[in-house]
Amino acid sequence: MFVPCDRGGGSASSDFKGFTLLMPAVSVGNVGQLATDLVISTLNMTKVGYFYTDCLVPMVGNNPYATAEENSTELSINAEVYSLPSKKLVVLQIRSPFIKNKYRPFCQTLLSWVKSSKCARVILLSSSHAYQRDDEQLLGTPLRYLLTPDLEKAVGGLMQELHWKEMEKVAAYPGINDTEKVLHIPGGGITKLLFTESCSEGIQMAVLLKFCSEGDNIPDAFALVNYLNEWLQLIKSEVSASNNSTDTSSQWKIPSSWRLLFGNGLPPALF
Amino acid sequence: MATFFGEVVVAPSRAGVDDEEWAEDAREETPEDREIRRELEKKRYGEIDVLWSLKSGASSESSAAQPFVCSQFIVAIGHNAAAFLSSFILDSVCWEVVGVVKLWNEWCRTSNTTNVLPTDSFCLFYRLISDPTVLLCQCSCYVAEDQQFQWLEKVFGCMQKEGLQVTILSTCPVADYKTQESTLTLPAPFLKALKTKEFKEQICCPLLEQPNIVRDLPAA
Repeated sequence: MFVPCDRGGGSASSDFKGFTLLMPAVSVGNVGQLATDLVISTLNMTKVGYFYTDCLVPMVGNNPYATAEENSTELSINAEVYSLPSKKLVVLQIRSPFIKNKYRPFCQTLLSWVKSSKCARVILLSSSHAYQRDDEQLLGTPLRYLLTPDLEKAVGGLMQELHWKEMEKVAAYPGINDTEKVLHIPGGGITKLLFTESCSEGIQMAVLLKFCSEGDNIPDAFALVNYLNEWLQLIKSEVSASNNSTDTSSQWKIPSSWRLLFGNGLPPALF
Repeated sequence: MATFFGEVVVAPSRAGVDDEEWAEDAREETPEDREIRRELEKKRYGEIDVLWSLKSGASSESSAAQPFVCSQFIVAIGHNAAAFLSSFILDSVCWEVVGVVKLWNEWCRTSNTTNVLPTDSFCLFYRLISDPTVLLCQCSCYVAEDQQFQWLEKVFGCMQKEGLQVTILSTCPVADYKTQESTLTLPAPFLKALKTKEFKEQICCPLLEQPNIVRDLPAA
């Protein structure tokens, strides 16, 4: 599934032992994917390979993180892997939806690749339909986290310190039986499947998600990536003088491929 | 999502289908539905066949054939690109039909003959008689997204890949082109290209700018 790029480093560039794998779930508003774009673009990560898979809709284009003429002609496809060894970070970016009935095989192949490449832990960026929140969830922060039992032991304490909110479980049979609770992530794509599989396979996985709706999801992406940064400290957060809070929004670099997200320029003849 | 009339409508999500919805579909399926779905799947995946006619004139399955040497492989995908090849490149003197892809999906079924009309759906392979390593593919049928991978594996599986140069010709609507100005004022039609870093030759037109992308079979 994983095909490394031929670079001078050879196998060294695809050695992810002990790394943190960051990846998005294709979910409502594509927030996870947008947030991942911000991480790759800001940290100037190097592409180290791609996934050769029949599970995602094919697409291809030129380098979405191009900053100049010289680096704008590298081809880019639907599932690519970037790495930043200095932060022991490897990022998988997914750029297209799943082909019908292929999401399960993809999850299985992905998790076995995680195990074989010996990544220490996986962080999944995702989102969930805002309109499905209950009364309590409508108040307060729209950001939530989930940890598999293995990762809970390692970082559960840190989550408490950060005052993060764990994703609530909902009644399996609302109105009939309120005692049995299940995890429900509407609009989250493969999030729930990956999380439950990781729990049962002993993989250390964290899910970071934001409640949102379809629309201009760029602010949601910034919120999610700042949330991630509270934990991973990927970029330094400046203390904003005006409201005394840490706000890193201005320091994330928007990739050039985010241009024209909402269509072309208008024909002058329209007016 | 609430509308102006107050009823709640499920918003289509860019996430694709929720897995919960898929699980529900499976539960509601009757045995007849399951049987129909199985038959459909067999037809869609089982029937992607690449048939080559070798030098001796006999047809053979792709799996039996030896990978043949190919130096140039030109693939025209879609009606416009296929028509371009028919009008400017192909003729019965210099080119011979050497293969056909048979496939079926809900949008099209490929013709059974190699004597096709321009309005048919077909996927044919031609070889240059004077240089048998030059191969051409005219694919005017729609290859569904879940069939694209199989199409690729079956077609490229027959070819030796060293020293192979692949050129893909395709068309997209101008309205899909993302640019700062309006597409109304663009001098259409115009050419854009994507190339791998291994392609060292000159390209006759500018490269496709971000954030434009290519989809479907040409992308695959």
